[in-house]
Amino acid sequence: MDQLPHTLLMLTLLGYVAGALVGLVFLRAERLANYFAFGCAALGALGGVVASVWALAAGSVVAPSLQLLPSLIPYIKFTIRLDPLGLFFTLIVSLLGLALSIYSLGYARGFYGRKNVGVLGAFFNLLLLATTLVFLADNAFFFLLVWELMALTTYCLVSFEHEKEESRNAGVLYFVMSHIGTGCIMLGFLLLFQASGDYGFAGFHALGDEMSDGSRNAAFILFLVGFGIKAGIIPLHIWLPVAHPAAPSNVSAIMSGVLIKTGIYGLTRVFFDFLGTPPNWWGVTVLAIGTISAVLGVLYALMEHDLKRLLAYHSIENIGIILMGLGAALMFLHSGHPLLASLALIAGMYHTLNHAVFKGLLFLGAGAVLHATHTRNMEDMGGLAKRMPQTAFFFLVGAVAISALPPLNGFVSEWLTYQSLLQGFGTTPSLIRLMFPLSGAMLALTGALAAACFVKAYGITFLAQPRSEQAEHAHEAPWPMLAGQAILAAACVFLGLFPTVFLKLLDPLTQQLTGQQLSAQLSSVQGLVLSGATATGGTVSTLGLALMAVCLLPVPLGLWLVFGRGTKTRRGPTWDCGLQGLTPRMEYTATGFSKPIRMIFKALFRPRREVQREYDFSPYFAKTLRFESHVEEVFQTRIYRPFYGAVWYFSRRMRALQAGSLQAYLIYIFVTLLALLIFAL
Amino acid sequence: MKTAALALLLQTALLLGLAPLVSGIIKNWKAKLQNRQGPRVWQPYLDLRKFLRKDMVISEHASWVFSFAPYVVLITALLAGLLVPMLTEQAPLSLFGGVLAFVGLLALGRFFLALGGLDPGSAFGGMGSSREMTIAAIAEPALMLAIFTVAIAARTTDLSRIVHASLGPEWSWLNPMHVLAFAALFIVLLAETSHIPVDNPATHLELTMIHEAMLLEYSGRYLAFMEWGAAVKQLVLMTLLANVFFPYAIADTMTVAALGPSLLAYLAKLVLLAGIVAVVETTNAKLRLFRVPDLLSAAFVLAALALFSTFLFQ
Repeated sequence: MDQLPHTLLMLTLLGYVAGALVGLVFLRAERLANYFAFGCAALGALGGVVASVWALAAGSVVAPSLQLLPSLIPYIKFTIRLDPLGLFFTLIVSLLGLALSIYSLGYARGFYGRKNVGVLGAFFNLLLLATTLVFLADNAFFFLLVWELMALTTYCLVSFEHEKEESRNAGVLYFVMSHIGTGCIMLGFLLLFQASGDYGFAGFHALGDEMSDGSRNAAFILFLVGFGIKAGIIPLHIWLPVAHPAAPSNVSAIMSGVLIKTGIYGLTRVFFDFLGTPPNWWGVTVLAIGTISAVLGVLYALMEHDLKRLLAYHSIENIGIILMGLGAALMFLHSGHPLLASLALIAGMYHTLNHAVFKGLLFLGAGAVLHATHTRNMEDMGGLAKRMPQTAFFFLVGAVAISALPPLNGFVSEWLTYQSLLQGFGTTPSLIRLMFPLSGAMLALTGALAAACFVKAYGITFLAQPRSEQAEHAHEAPWPMLAGQAILAAACVFLGLFPTVFLKLLDPLTQQLTGQQLSAQLSSVQGLVLSGATATGGTVSTLGLALMAVCLLPVPLGLWLVFGRGTKTRRGPTWDCGLQGLTPRMEYTATGFSKPIRMIFKALFRPRREVQREYDFSPYFAKTLRFESHVEEVFQTRIYRPFYGAVWYFSRRMRALQAGSLQAYLIYIFVTLLALLIFAL
Repeated sequence: MKTAALALLLQTALLLGLAPLVSGIIKNWKAKLQNRQGPRVWQPYLDLRKFLRKDMVISEHASWVFSFAPYVVLITALLAGLLVPMLTEQAPLSLFGGVLAFVGLLALGRFFLALGGLDPGSAFGGMGSSREMTIAAIAEPALMLAIFTVAIAARTTDLSRIVHASLGPEWSWLNPMHVLAFAALFIVLLAETSHIPVDNPATHLELTMIHEAMLLEYSGRYLAFMEWGAAVKQLVLMTLLANVFFPYAIADTMTVAALGPSLLAYLAKLVLLAGIVAVVETTNAKLRLFRVPDLLSAAFVLAALALFSTFLFQ
């Protein structure tokens, strides 16, 4: 294999290390820290993009592993290995890292004089380093080590603005949930170690077929919970909508774009590489969890009027869509349809990349808006399309992409998901096959609700009149922030219009995991048309549709020319029903926009509202009005809160044992010793 | 190549030309059924010409999205129409997408329509957008599931091949699957094209409008594009229903001899569907907004039953 990707990746890792060090060196010189730390990160990430695309395009097979650091302890080897699955995820983190580093050059200026930019830069680089190593690690021990490093740096970044109580609480919640996950993953790896006798990933390959059913299923559940917490699947998601918005926006973007994908990486690695041929219920479980996460994620997103929390809930939705692809792939592997399994896997992987790109873009846009208006509350925004035209345009691209509308990338990966679900109907005669079209219908519901949510997010934030003083005086973001968004917006368009070009990069990945290469079957008419893999699928060409749309442009323009020549256009006020001009307070609000959905899904949201009016003679002419509206977070109140309660209760009871008296402790030790001795007999 | 281009042009022309007529027929017949004289069948054409000739007033609060939306609405409706077989079994753009792209394009149009409603900052527009997106969201699963049922039976998502399969010997319109899927899609058609019992464009109260509320701030040329786009969308959905479930006499080649009967049969099917819509509009009252989900979940259940029936009867 070519040495170039290896060398470049080493340079990438070095770049991140250098960035972290430089950030710490220039702790007192924030300008230099900003330029050098994020500059190093950008260069490193660029190297990562080139290396991973190069290696994937060369059709890399699994390369021999490489010792990164010498190790003195047996089993623990600091080895990395370039294999297609890891490289694909490296591409995701590097691409996003590149755009984010450039963006951060502008964004970090907002912290000058307020926060320590050097620390931010250092942690940012460390996070990129740890995440890249997670994808490349070749040894379970090393994997857990960098996994922890990643979790800890994220914790520091979430609590970066630690003077806010919200950020501190979010950091702690993230820390706790993340460690529950790590615990499960550790146990899972121990089960694998038991069967293979080595911590190397090479030894884990297809290990599941040799394991007993019990330990294999236990490993499945442990990994599903462990990586599921990181991915934010429902009901393990509660940390996600709290932690993502609390971090600085560039970090939120990396958390939503890449960090939750480490969960997806882990699940894919374990299910497709390690655990062997899956039993049917694995696939069914994953598909069901995916469907539920997708629908509930988007429903909760609709209820938000905090722009960043809204985006965070959409991450749960998209993780659900990715898991639908992975679950279907597992079911196809079980029923012996490797071709369809590859299709479903490609759908999941493509959506993973797409989500990273458009969610990164949307968080960057939200960051720019936050930077300009100093609020995350959509009800205080509005009219930003005129004040921040470029940001508004990029955000619109991201909104169309995430709503799975043609011709952008979200549509392509959801199209692939639909295709694999529909073709899955014929793979099994049992009743379980009805799950495929029903999940498809739920995916349709998800897509339509996401569109509704982004009409709201875009319409309330960027259109109409500004709803507050800050929004009125908002200004466009500096150029590095725009450049970062432009890169990701361009990626959305490219991945949407030229899917067949990109799908070639996924060939080595499916070859590795399912033994099939699909890109040739997926493209027809010189790659201009994406086809549904088998003869009975369908075809779609986003490029063709986009070009056709341009060809149809003469219709409206012609009508204008023929009938409307000489008509004039003038600007006037919006119809105000004869009042004295519209004020921003008369505009539709985000809360109002989502009210019909809230009422329709009343059973889930349990909406509660309080209205207090003070009036002189008639309630219709209130002097003051206080309105509060709440939506119950069912998982918090019904599952987690009773659980916390139980934990507290038992802790309090345990405290009686720990009274602080030395004699009592000695007795405990003595009794334990005695008990153990009796047990040993 | 030449026939393909010809087919494309013909279908575009038919979509643009027939769409206002269908709206006109529905309005006219509805009036007749209510013992009113009603507007002439040709009235929509005259309206569109009038709008095109008028000056435009654009709200001072609106951004470029407001002006961009009418183009998107009209063009996505036309594009979606070109994916559906109309006179010939082979749709002009069937290579570029099947049912999934069809639904996606309509959703793209709706997305911009709703943004256009929000842009001028009027509460009516916001209310219309909110309701439109809500109803679309709950109609979507029913629409998709009904389409999936048909697509699974035909083993493809390509509309041309679905229509081809409908022409086959296994297809019978008495098959419970087809009846149920048709019923589900018909309800979705009513919801998507703003007809009673879901929406009432003829009302004088802005508060009860959905589609019209979003268009309140549009005038002149843009209003014409919006109205025409909505009419084309209605025609396209009707064509889908007509040709997927009753593909009789559809032409398999692009010859005049085949196209003639095909056109006549197509027009007959459209007129029939328009008649049914007019009867439904006359015999039903508009539902309260929060009763609409019940109707649409009924459509979803019908579609799900259609799906189960493929399982039971095979």
